[in-house]
Amino acid sequence: MLGTLTLLLSCQLVGEVTARLLHLPVPGPVLGMVLLFVGLLVRGGVPEPLQETAGGILRHLSLLFVPAGVGVMAHLNRLEAEALPIAAALLGSTLIGVALTAWVMSVLSRQGPDAETESDGAEDAP
Amino acid sequence: MSPDFHEIWVYLSASPLAGLTLTLAAYQVGMWVFERFGRRPALNPVMIAVLLIAAALMVAGIDYRTYFDGAQFVHFLLGPATVALAVPLYRQFQQVRRSAVALLVALLTGSAASALSAVAIAWALGASERTLLSLAPKSVTSPIAMGVSEQIGGLPSLTAVFVILTGIIAASFGTWVLNLVRVTDWRARGFGLGVAAHGIGTARALQVNEVAGAFAGLGMGLNGLATAILLPLLYRLFFT
Repeated sequence: MLGTLTLLLSCQLVGEVTARLLHLPVPGPVLGMVLLFVGLLVRGGVPEPLQETAGGILRHLSLLFVPAGVGVMAHLNRLEAEALPIAAALLGSTLIGVALTAWVMSVLSRQGPDAETESDGAEDAP
Repeated sequence: MSPDFHEIWVYLSASPLAGLTLTLAAYQVGMWVFERFGRRPALNPVMIAVLLIAAALMVAGIDYRTYFDGAQFVHFLLGPATVALAVPLYRQFQQVRRSAVALLVALLTGSAASALSAVAIAWALGASERTLLSLAPKSVTSPIAMGVSEQIGGLPSLTAVFVILTGIIAASFGTWVLNLVRVTDWRARGFGLGVAAHGIGTARALQVNEVAGAFAGLGMGLNGLATAILLPLLYRLFFT
């Protein structure tokens, strides 16, 4: 737990420093993710403790968005004044984004071997 | 108010303890409601937690900045959590490699469609320029979206709100719209949620299916990269 938390933070730190040094437009944590991914490829497997810690953090991923979400309080005036365009834009673009991405992907990968096999139970699907 | 109580109140509003505890407690209430009423996507735990906290802060007369002093410790974990997405990604790497071309085309289409349709709809309905610029990066995870928003002249904190709302919308209506366009492939369903709705979409995908979760994490990471690189370039091309 402690070791893997240090590993995750170190990857992020290297990512942040690299992004700043090289003036990359990419955020540090994303570079950190790439770094850890390459590390796993080189090592050829996920160590058990890393699997556990990563799983633990990711299980509660949505919790981490709560503090920023409460920021809605600070923008109530603007949200009220532009309620219609904002609501329509968020709803429309999100549904278009989800549907179009998934549709393009499924059409292009239909020839894949297991594209349609494990997909029953759409009711419970994400 | 008795002097004792006043003293405690002063302590609580100055220390991060209250904001942090409130955040964790409200989220657990959200999770409980979500589980208790049959894991209905419309009862998104993030939305419930945000509403509870906002209501509590307004009743107590605490402003957002004071709350965030405590809650930032939770917010901070977004960084290491983004790094941790490398793990499910690695575990699905064989599948990812097999569908690399499909993923890339779907990523660029979906990323562009999300940003452009958001700006176009809001513009058509008369939104201000600040709002338009804050909307553009709303599909990617908040640290990235806030950075991009700042670069192109939006309001980072407003973008963060749009990011969360986007995630809640996708988690609530994603299943419905994916069934509507008849996509049954778990990889595609997950990827769509991740590209269009970052971590909240990914959290929703992880709740349901590991393959969908891994592809959602991949979509979130890739769109984070794509948006961080492409949006500032597009902005410079069109607006300056």
